[in-house]
Amino acid sequence: MSAVVAEHDDHHDHSHDDHAHGPEKGLLRWIITTNHKDIGTLYLVFALAMFFVGGIMAMVIRAELFEPGMQFVNPQFFNSMTTMHALVMVFGAVMPGFVGLANWMVPMMIGAPDMALPRMNNMSFWVLVAGVLLLASTLFMEGGAPASGWTLYPPLVLQTGKALPFAIFSVHLLGISSIMGAINIIATIFNMRAPGMTLMKMPLFVWTWLITAFLLIAVMPVFAGAVTMLLTDRFFGTSFFDAAGGGDPVLYQHIFWFFGHPEVYIMILPTFGVASTIIPVFARKPLFGYSSMVYATASIAFLSFIVWAHHMFTVGMPMAGELYFMYATMLIAIPTGVKVFNWTATMWKGAMTFETPMLFAISFVVLFTLGGFTGLMMSIAPSDFQYHDTYFIVAHFHYTLVPASVFILMAAGYFWLPKWTGHMYNEKIGQLHFWLSAVSVNILFFPQHFLGLAGMPRRIPDYAVQFADWNMISSIGGFLFGASQLLFLYIVIDTIRGGTGEKVTDEVWEDAHKHSLEWTLPSPAPYHTFTTPPEVIPTEHF
Amino acid sequence: MSANATYYIPHKATWPVLATIGLTTLLAGFANYLNGSTIGSTMMIIGLAIFIVMLTGWFTLQATESESGMYSHQVGISFRMGMMWFIFSEVMFFAVFFGSLWYTRNLSVPWLGGEGIGAATKEFLWPSFEAVWPTNGPGKLIDGKPTADGTFEPMSAWGLPLLNTLLLLSSGVTCTWAHHGLLAGKREQLIKGLIATVTLGFLFVLCQATEYHEAYTEMGLTLGSGIYGSTFFMLTGFHGFHVCVGAIILSVVLFRSLKGHFSPENHFAFEAAAWYWHFVDVVWLGLFIFVYIM
Repeated sequence: MSAVVAEHDDHHDHSHDDHAHGPEKGLLRWIITTNHKDIGTLYLVFALAMFFVGGIMAMVIRAELFEPGMQFVNPQFFNSMTTMHALVMVFGAVMPGFVGLANWMVPMMIGAPDMALPRMNNMSFWVLVAGVLLLASTLFMEGGAPASGWTLYPPLVLQTGKALPFAIFSVHLLGISSIMGAINIIATIFNMRAPGMTLMKMPLFVWTWLITAFLLIAVMPVFAGAVTMLLTDRFFGTSFFDAAGGGDPVLYQHIFWFFGHPEVYIMILPTFGVASTIIPVFARKPLFGYSSMVYATASIAFLSFIVWAHHMFTVGMPMAGELYFMYATMLIAIPTGVKVFNWTATMWKGAMTFETPMLFAISFVVLFTLGGFTGLMMSIAPSDFQYHDTYFIVAHFHYTLVPASVFILMAAGYFWLPKWTGHMYNEKIGQLHFWLSAVSVNILFFPQHFLGLAGMPRRIPDYAVQFADWNMISSIGGFLFGASQLLFLYIVIDTIRGGTGEKVTDEVWEDAHKHSLEWTLPSPAPYHTFTTPPEVIPTEHF
Repeated sequence: MSANATYYIPHKATWPVLATIGLTTLLAGFANYLNGSTIGSTMMIIGLAIFIVMLTGWFTLQATESESGMYSHQVGISFRMGMMWFIFSEVMFFAVFFGSLWYTRNLSVPWLGGEGIGAATKEFLWPSFEAVWPTNGPGKLIDGKPTADGTFEPMSAWGLPLLNTLLLLSSGVTCTWAHHGLLAGKREQLIKGLIATVTLGFLFVLCQATEYHEAYTEMGLTLGSGIYGSTFFMLTGFHGFHVCVGAIILSVVLFRSLKGHFSPENHFAFEAAAWYWHFVDVVWLGLFIFVYIM
């Protein structure tokens, strides 16, 4: 990644363009907008809102598990909460969060005037909203929201009440939204780069999103197909997942995880991209091993397609299957290790400073690695027979999602808010938010490793008394983590409304313009940027 | 890559929001209908109507913009990439059903019959079940219900399906012939080729409908005839739906050709429709081999 703009600034041209095609006035602006920055903002605001909706569900779960015995909710509703928490967080918060970042940053990073297909961009966002609303509506239906876990395994999920077809169609809508968004990102990256912005000069965030978009197009239709079969099994007499007709419920698990495993990388690859963007800026060094980062990302994406059945070691597979999926899964540790090594090497002997985005990024490297290691433990099939469906799994994937994807989304917020708004966030409160989050997230999830190893199953509202202590500690961590996020909400609103009042420069962070094109633009970035493509030249500095 | 300055960025988009409203109303209506609610079908009709209005409006807008020369070469590349990746997503969608067919035929049905890890399953659950294909499972499902000795007749490959193969393959040829006509500026060849393609496409749909009618009324072969019926109708049904969509798209392209749209340089809509049509063709070949012949 060695690219800067030649020293001609076209700020003045922009104010011109602004006049010609400024944003629409009032609320309508946000409904009919085709502007990548507007749509990016919509995605990010929606993701933040859903983060709190999903968070409230998590609070319900942790409240119920605070003590053994039934406290607040009935088991059916508890199971709906675990299901909906997962679906809302995955499809409503994390994925839209990264699509929002892609919308805002990809065109600015590659010197494009906008996304390649602006009208479709608008539609991806609104279809997403419709999909999540349809999903949320199931909470109020006869028979309750789906309570089968986010994997929607038959035959259990087929016992869902009136909510089932709504949940299925919401998956279809979310899939349509993701596919359209992904197509747009691929077309933008392949077709809209400024002259001189060769593929191997693109910021890593752009690379990771290119690969993520490919994963999305490949697997969202697979999930759509799987839930379509659930629909026909329930309503049209097919027997895909019914052994009486010659089908097999395990078939659903195979299809689901063929989608599901790439899906978890859809949430982590852009995370890697943002981390690879932030760490070099605060280490004041170019990213170590740029091309190996690109190849590692591509390798992880490829491997994600051939490891799915490690989610199903206990389901009953031929021995050859168990062994193959075990070894293939272990391979993932290699490219992932390359990445962790590169992030560490980027920081090595760097002139580091520890602003909030960097703090989140560093804690991501540490805590994601921890989540990766537990993943490696579970890849060992005989060990997984013990871990399967316990809280150990819950701890594992929450380590890879919360202090990884969510932390990096926060880091991205702190990192780019000054560019988006032209205002500086309050660093003191930012640091407070970080330390509260980083400490409480470990109080929340670390004890869950112990619970799982001791045998506490996941997805249950009540548990044996020997699990009481660690559950209480985990819940306390959970409430603390939940409450800390209100600080983030405060900071975001405060920054939009003026922040510290400090005037931010174009590059915002010291020498950031050496790393990526968006820091050569004014802060806040004008409504239209790079209407004439910038000239990208290799820089001497890096 | 060098023509960014002329890249057309549309400003106010109203059709996407309407598309969302139509699609959501349609699907929510369908869900209500499946739940036995009376408003379901009304919602579906309203949603579909909105969706059709949206499609007409949005595509008219795109066609008008295209004909007035607002799309640069670079915009055309974006459109083409969009279509290519959309078709790739469709390939993955069909892959799910082909994969399910493969899995049940080669793994789960043999397991039910006692092969490999299925020995205990067979002994304790369905000792009399013989794993053969086609099957409606150990429960001998007819219309989705277990029966004592329900049977059905599998679809033969060499009647209507063979005719359908010939129809679709020749429609692929006429489509390419039309494309050559367009590239050479021979409008008559373009229009004749398109008329032939659309006609062959709708003939295919007609044959498929006849085949379905026979299956349901004379052969006892329905969606509910166990895993054979499920995979047969889901695969051929989704394919048939795609043929309908493809034929409608080609009809629009034909209509536009009659109005004098498209030039040898600027004809994205034709190309997209042709790609889609060839994709539908290839899926059919897969179906003919794996569903009908094997």
